[in-house]
Amino acid sequence: MTLKVNISYFAWLRERAGVETEQFETTAQTPAQLWTELDARYDFNTERRHLKVAVNDAFSSWDASLADGDRIVFIPPVSGG
Amino acid sequence: MFEITSEQVDVDALRRDLMSPECGGYTAFEGWVRDHHKGRGVSGLHYEAYEDLATAEGLRILDEAQARFGPVRMACVHRIGDLAVGELAVWVGAAAPHRDEAFKACRYVIDELKQRLPIWKKEHYIEGESAWVDCERCRAAGHGKHDHDHDQAHGEDRSTMHKAQSESA
Repeated sequence: MTLKVNISYFAWLRERAGVETEQFETTAQTPAQLWTELDARYDFNTERRHLKVAVNDAFSSWDASLADGDRIVFIPPVSGG
Repeated sequence: MFEITSEQVDVDALRRDLMSPECGGYTAFEGWVRDHHKGRGVSGLHYEAYEDLATAEGLRILDEAQARFGPVRMACVHRIGDLAVGELAVWVGAAAPHRDEAFKACRYVIDELKQRLPIWKKEHYIEGESAWVDCERCRAAGHGKHDHDHDQAHGEDRSTMHKAQSESA
């Protein structure tokens, strides 16, 4: 089963992907699987354990179940303030 | 009140909004854009935010401060976009019946937001180059592949980058 999800990128992940947002058709069922797929495509040059993930604008676990239309954001180490 | 804004921050208005007859103490923290790090000249910063989540998380931090320190009136604003040296990047204000709660709540909020808000800064150097700020241990571990975990808060060990260090707050 494939899902259509919306992905937003920030900071150096955005620069690496070359897009701010994209709709992506995936067989991934979890954020972890989606990351693996996207990392193969963009080679983000980092490891997942350094990132957090948000689904529909709330922090999520990596093994949550994705649904069609979800907004997913991978969050690099933050540096505000 | 928590806000992410690309506009200049009106500190006087924010302070006025916190004033209340039951408050006898007020404190504020301002984070400014610094012009250097480790001998390297910084000409400005660019801040980028995941605004929806940053706003929700910012409000959560303010709620936590109130749960911990009592009836503290609080506000916080974080800038995004391009900031010049000397500009205010982040502002936290706390007013409380007594000064102790105001100091503690203010300190709590700035420390937590530096660790938790999905906001990223890019430093522009006087020589022309620029780089995203990351953490010090990333640099110690070598660029790119990391060998440490980010679940632990960075806090006062400073958010640092692959090439230079954090320049604000």
